[in-house]
Amino acid sequence: MNPSLHLWLIPILPLAGAAINGFLGKKSSRQGVSVVGLLFPGAAFAWALWVAARFSSLSLPYQEFFAHWIRISGFTADFTLYLDQLSLVMLLVVTGVGFLIHIYSIGYMWDDPGYYRFFAYLNLFLFFMLTLVLANNYLLMFIGWEGVGLASYLLIGFWFTKDSAASAGKKAFIVNRIGDFGFLIGLFLLIKHFGSLNFDQVFEAVKPLSVETAGAGVLTAIGILLMVGACGKSAQIPLYVWLPDAMEGPTPVSALIHAATMVTAGVYMVARSHVIFEHAPMALTVVAIIGTLTAFFAATIGIAQTDIKKVLAYSTVSQLGYMFMACGVGAFSAGIFHLMTHAFFKGLLFLGAGSAIHAVGGEQDMRKMGGLKSYILWTFLTMSIATLAIAGIPPLAGFWSKDEILWKAYQVSKVYWAIGIITAFITSFYMFRLLFMTFFGDYRGTQVDAHGHVTRSHDAHAHGEPHESPMVMVVPLMILAVLSLVGGLVGIGNRFEDFLAPVFGSPEAVEAASHGTEMLLMGMSVAVALLGWWLAYLLYCKRPELPQKIADSLGDFYQAVAHKYYIDELYAALFVKPLIDGSTRILWQGVDRKIIDATVDDSADAARHVSDEVRHMQSGNLRSYAGWIAVGSAVVIAYMIWMGVR
Amino acid sequence: MVPLSYYLMLSGILFACGVAGFLIKRNIITIFMSIELMLNGVNLSFVAFAAHWHALAGQVFVFFVMVVAAAEAAVGLAIIIAVYRTRETLNIDQVNLLKL
Amino acid sequence: MSFHLILFLAFGAVCVGGAINLLAQTHPINSALSLIAVMAALAGEYLLLGAEFVAAVQVIVYAGAIMVLFVFVIMLLNAGVEEHTKGSRVAILFGVPGMLIGGVLLAWVLLRHSGTESVAIGALPGPPKEIAQLLFHDFLLPFEVTSVLILIAIMGAVVLASKPPASRTESSPAGKVD
Repeated sequence: MNPSLHLWLIPILPLAGAAINGFLGKKSSRQGVSVVGLLFPGAAFAWALWVAARFSSLSLPYQEFFAHWIRISGFTADFTLYLDQLSLVMLLVVTGVGFLIHIYSIGYMWDDPGYYRFFAYLNLFLFFMLTLVLANNYLLMFIGWEGVGLASYLLIGFWFTKDSAASAGKKAFIVNRIGDFGFLIGLFLLIKHFGSLNFDQVFEAVKPLSVETAGAGVLTAIGILLMVGACGKSAQIPLYVWLPDAMEGPTPVSALIHAATMVTAGVYMVARSHVIFEHAPMALTVVAIIGTLTAFFAATIGIAQTDIKKVLAYSTVSQLGYMFMACGVGAFSAGIFHLMTHAFFKGLLFLGAGSAIHAVGGEQDMRKMGGLKSYILWTFLTMSIATLAIAGIPPLAGFWSKDEILWKAYQVSKVYWAIGIITAFITSFYMFRLLFMTFFGDYRGTQVDAHGHVTRSHDAHAHGEPHESPMVMVVPLMILAVLSLVGGLVGIGNRFEDFLAPVFGSPEAVEAASHGTEMLLMGMSVAVALLGWWLAYLLYCKRPELPQKIADSLGDFYQAVAHKYYIDELYAALFVKPLIDGSTRILWQGVDRKIIDATVDDSADAARHVSDEVRHMQSGNLRSYAGWIAVGSAVVIAYMIWMGVR
Repeated sequence: MVPLSYYLMLSGILFACGVAGFLIKRNIITIFMSIELMLNGVNLSFVAFAAHWHALAGQVFVFFVMVVAAAEAAVGLAIIIAVYRTRETLNIDQVNLLKL
Repeated sequence: MSFHLILFLAFGAVCVGGAINLLAQTHPINSALSLIAVMAALAGEYLLLGAEFVAAVQVIVYAGAIMVLFVFVIMLLNAGVEEHTKGSRVAILFGVPGMLIGGVLLAWVLLRHSGTESVAIGALPGPPKEIAQLLFHDFLLPFEVTSVLILIAIMGAVVLASKPPASRTESSPAGKVD
């Protein structure tokens, strides 16, 4: 038996922080809010570390019962927390990166009037995310799933007085909902066929079943439906459209939620359900195809974006596609590995971008930046490390994880590998493009308009020149840079895979011949990364007039890419407009006005008309009264005679 | 020998004339007199039945009806006088304040 | 045709004629006189049925007191010929047919049971002695109550018909004004 680890503290501490800041924060000082906002996530992180230290002495999986929830005959779901290697990895990533971003936010959001609200929502998000990660059954996970969606909505629309921010929050929530619909139906199927939603019970019941190669069975359906849910939460095709819009939120939000943790919930869920997917190869193929296509598709859009945060958003979608590609070829631990390294370098990229935006007084258009490396040195250095990591240059973290995925993909199908490596090239290209446009060349922004040209509401104080961010923002950058440097080394020699083996099953032995192929492929990944670097250097440093010429020569095609292939417009025409039209014409004017309102109004009118007619009986005229009496008495007499005659 | 039904028909005719007068006439006093006519018709039927069934109580009842009719006539005419004082008219169609 | 029947028909004709004349006349005084005629004829009917006391009371109280009261009021109020005003549609449309229907029904019922029983002339004599016997023994309570009723009627008539006081502050005795 395991000693109690009090796992429940880990989610509850941020919840307490959220409650304190939410209810009392308005009247507290900024310092007080900061202390509370840091203390509770920090305590959760410390506790997670302590749990990690105890980890090797536990018998796994470790389950901690918290409270009863649903106990009906045939179905039980409780508040039970579940710890195994997979959840430990997720736990450390969420609490660690989350804590760093909380520190960063103190500096970034200091001048914002909604300071306390921000930390309350951020802590609330941590609570739900930790619930999601530590749940032992799908239902509790779903609570966390929905909760992070709620926190995401609140945080995207943090500056809710701005129309675009409020709409982006709504868009995120609604598109998420569509995914959740699929997720729920998958859960219903699970309940129907296995009678339970607990991970242990479901997976134990699924293991002895035969693999559905025919592809039309229950497990395939469940797998595809779970994938639909993951598409919504993790922004894959076709439900990725909310993530670029989500950049309306403050940059720490983009870093935490839309890079490091929330969007990875889908990957975690698919990895957790690997038993189901392994028994339904068709569903796995769907996962892989969606992941691969998304990775490629989003990368191509990222080339043409000019907003620094949008580039990073599409990059996130693309990298998530890599993770799903990994899961889709059965390399679940590789997907989780990439999830971890991605949290480091993508979080760093977003935080660094926030620092750059802060430095230039709120401007997010890269065309108006440039030459910032002489002004914000630390930001430049850390972002360079992150860019090298995401491009896949060894020995940084991104190289190890991405290469692992490509290697595993190659073993299943060369098509996946081919698309993956092209995407790696494009990724390297647009990331270095971002780096060069932002930090190299001449500063293209105007310096004197520091007062008036406020494009983002948070940065209203005067700037003479771009300046470095305060230490409280730079230190997390540095820590994440270190992690991006060395974080990938845990994957050398299959150590990471071995660590997760009790969850996913042992890795297959690699033959010597394919070992050579592995080296070759590794070399090719590095080659395309360097190629992307060189191309970006050419187009944005050496010959900056070239990009415009290329764009002009491609004409409409380039316009389509720059406008995200008009997907948003397509969705608006296909789904949104008919829905709004139908809702207006049928539901509002037809049903609500003509039927429901009319029923109520008409019944009131009818009552009034009836009473209008009946009121004439009370005319005050005695003779009419007498007439009525005569009629009434005649009726009564007739009735009595009739009764008597019968 | 006069059949009972003849008396009853006569009573009915008187009663019907009283109701008709109530409905048709416009003068309040005339309407009141129609009411008295109705009462008389009823009295006749009482006495006829009393004679038919050899029950003297019928005639006693007629006595009581007359007493009540007298009281009612007194009070009713007093009301008519009061109404005439305020409304200056004996037309029943103009005494219509009790309307909605 | 027995003598009884002839007398009955004669008195009955006077009754009905007086009643119809009451409806036909426009001046209320003419209607009042017709009504007196009806009551006199009814007294005759009562005598035919042997109700002597009732007949006497009819003439004394009804024709002699109540109708006199009516005539006095007509004179007091100077009631004239009725004007034509807008009548009540309901009264004419519903009331008259209703009354007619009621009458027809009653007639039908009576005629179905007609002819079987007959009432002899003076069938049940009603001398005052017998009436008094009933009145003061079996119906004593109603008799006393009617006396109270008459008292109330007197008070009500006095109050209602009195001239309103000159100043409005001087209100009538409590409980009397209905």
